Parts: sequence; structure tokens; C-alpha cells
Amino acid sequence: MPNEPATVPAQRLEWRVATVVDVRAETARARTLVLDVPQWPGHRAGQHVDVRLVAEDGYQAQRSYSIASAPEQRSIELTVERIENAEVSPYLCDTLVVGDGLELRGPIGGYFVWDIALGGPLLLVAGGSGIVPLMCMLRHHARATPSARARVPVRLLYSARTWDDVIYREELQSLNERPEVDVRFTLTRDAPSGWTGYRRRIDGEMLAEVSPPVAEKLRGYVCGPTALVESVATQLVEMGHDPSRVRTERFGPTG
Amino acid sequence: MADKPFIARGFQGRRAASSAGRLPPGQYETRDFPVLSAGPTPRVPLNKWDFTIRDTQGRSVRWSWEEFQALPHDKPTVDIHCVTKWSKFDTTWEGISVDTLLDAAKTAGLAEGAFVVAFCDGGYTTNLPIDDVSAGKAWVAFGYDGAPLPPEHGGPARLLVPHLYFWKSAKWVRGLQLLPKDQPGFWEQLGYHDRGDPWQEQRYQGDP
Repeated sequence: MPNEPATVPAQRLEWRVATVVDVRAETARARTLVLDVPQWPGHRAGQHVDVRLVAEDGYQAQRSYSIASAPEQRSIELTVERIENAEVSPYLCDTLVVGDGLELRGPIGGYFVWDIALGGPLLLVAGGSGIVPLMCMLRHHARATPSARARVPVRLLYSARTWDDVIYREELQSLNERPEVDVRFTLTRDAPSGWTGYRRRIDGEMLAEVSPPVAEKLRGYVCGPTALVESVATQLVEMGHDPSRVRTERFGPTG
Repeated sequence: MADKPFIARGFQGRRAASSAGRLPPGQYETRDFPVLSAGPTPRVPLNKWDFTIRDTQGRSVRWSWEEFQALPHDKPTVDIHCVTKWSKFDTTWEGISVDTLLDAAKTAGLAEGAFVVAFCDGGYTTNLPIDDVSAGKAWVAFGYDGAPLPPEHGGPARLLVPHLYFWKSAKWVRGLQLLPKDQPGFWEQLGYHDRGDPWQEQRYQGDP
């Protein structure tokens, strides 16, 4: 794996108290927190933040959440999926309201990142809430100049259980109307009537249909549950894609 | 901000009685074994696998898989702590103590180093002070929970340094480079801490 320059400064990543300025329901289980973060140093698409919750008695819990908003956006957006009976995600999904403070530090992570300058063609493969850091990349791509965008075609393959579990559904459909963007969904459990998209777990045949040819030297980003990431990354390498251009991030359920 | 933490309105949290004193700050206990890595899982057949210790003078010692297996085995049971916040208690491993490997390197006349960089299939590296991989604190593990270590968890062999954050326990490890000075590895160049002690919460560069 080639090393890239450090993106996290050597001084301490300070905890900052962000303010929740908006919340958006994305699906029945996921919602987006729009945060105003004082002195936010900026981020690259794909990075995450650490969130810290401290109780009155000093007990604390921390979790990592990917940033969904493009680097160009003023606010930081985190999309959180509620895991039942967990410690942190129900607080973020149910308790937190507009006006509340939320402590976080970041940005963190310098490998699972993409900038328009890194080029493409870009292949994004998401499973479930693994879409979040990839959405950040899509939003960054959508804000590039038309000529820069035209040089970097993007394909997204997004696996979800049902149509109602698809996060950012309308925005993805709207992005799909752009000539340089190709969004494909696969639904593994249940599909609406008249569904013409994929109806199974991601497999080699599906990846072959969606991936650019090996000669085009894709940049691949795969994010989702371990089984999906293992299988997709292994198959991309077997298809002949350069392992050093396939980057992975795994989302176990983050309680 | 650091001395007086911000209280999250209405946050209760859970304090698991069983984990009292075993969970470093900011960590939670999981019973799963989450998988984290930056790229595709490399696969190397055992007849192509070897383990090498090198010094800066060009000297090295090398073990094939069979030679490695003939070394005395340890079976440590340890708690592990990932920088992504999960900790897992009482994990059981089988492997070779790094002391055994460093003793062989010394006998073979390699220059001793104050630091090591572990190098791996797939190009991953991580740096450690020699004191953190000696005196019974580190292993090269090839067994987990009574079975061969699965590839996604670093098989055929990974470093096991349980008293540091788990990114130091490099998967798919193929050797150690002995060095006189510290040299940041893969994640360390990308902003993660050079030592990574979970009890001091050394997650990122600049942390205490």
C-alpha cells in the first residue's frame, strides 16, 4: 500500500462541542445530524470523527462515525443508523435534538479518502450504512467543475435489504441522472413491485457488469459489513484490479 | 475543554459491571470479533510463507513455515483493544513468543535495535519500541480460539501485542525490521499514535 502524506496534524486533535442545527430522517432506522462545529479544520471525503458522550457522573462512551457531507459544505453531517439495545446510536437517533451540543474530534483517517485530484474511474461499493463515507465522495464529486467531473466517471453499487432501507435514495436517484454518474442498487431481501434492479447479494457477475475494465485502473472504495467487504475486495483482485487501488472500510454494527 | 468535559444532555450510558477495571477509557466490550483492514485480504500459500528478522547491517534470520512451527508454542489468553473503540476480553491465541525470535536473531549476530517495524503481505507496516515486543508482551500468532487464524483476521500469522491498540498487532506479518530509531508505519504516518497505549488513550498523533 503506498503511503500518502499525513492529513491529521501532529498537534492534538482537540475535542470540540458541535451544535446540532438540523436533523433529517433518512430511513426508519437512520437519521442525519447536521452539525455546526466551531473551528472545524476541514476534511477529505471518506474521513470520520470520534463522538464522545459523557454522562453526569463522568462515565463516557466513544464511537466513530463517517462524515456524510462534502468537504465543500459548511456544516458537518453524520448519518447514524440506530442499533437496537445499543449504547450510543439510540442516543444520537432518539434523544439528541436541534440546539443540543455534541462533543467530537476529527477529522480522522487518511487512507480511505478520495479527492477529485486522485482521479478515477471511481468504483464505489456500499453495503447498508457503509454508503455514508461513499456518499461524501459522491457529493464531493458533484461539486467539482464540469470538466473535472467529466474526467472521473463514478459507478456506485449499493446493496441494501429493501428499498426503504436505502439511505439518500432521492439524492442518489437525482445524481444518477448525471451522465458521468451510474448508480445501481441491489436489494437482498425484498423489492417493490416492478423492480428492475438487482435482487441478490453482490457477486462476481454483478461486479463484472458494474466495474470499469482493468485497463482503466479503477480506484475502488468498498464499505459495509465484513462479509460484503471481504467478498467484494477479494473478487475485484481476482478480476485483475490492482489491490493497492482497492481500499476498504468495514462497518460492523456500531452500537 | 480537556479538563472539564462537556456533559451530553440526557446520556445515561451503560456501565457493565463485569468489565470494571478491564476497559480502557472510551472503549466498550464486544463479544464479536470485528474485522478492520485498509485493503483486500492478501493470500499467501504456506509453502511460500516465511518470517524474517533483519537488522540495518543487512544481516537476517529467516524461518520457513515448518521451521517456525517447530519453535516452542505459547497459548496466551489476553484482552484486546481496537482504536475503533471495541475491546474483547479473554481471547485465546497460539503462537511464538517474539522473545524466542529475538533471541535467535541475537544468537545469529544481528545488531540489536531500540525499535522494530513489522512488515506484512499487502504492504502494511507498524512501528513499535523493542520493549513493547519483548519480555513476554508479544507473539507471532497463527492460532485463534483453537483453530488456524482465519485470513480476514490476519492468517496465516499476525503479530499479537495485546497491551497496545490492535492496529499494532499487524495482520499478515512476515517479519520485523530492527531499527536504532523510531520510524512511523502505515497508520502512524496517517495520523495515528506512534505507541498506542489504550490505558493512556494514545489514539492519534498528539495524544498524551
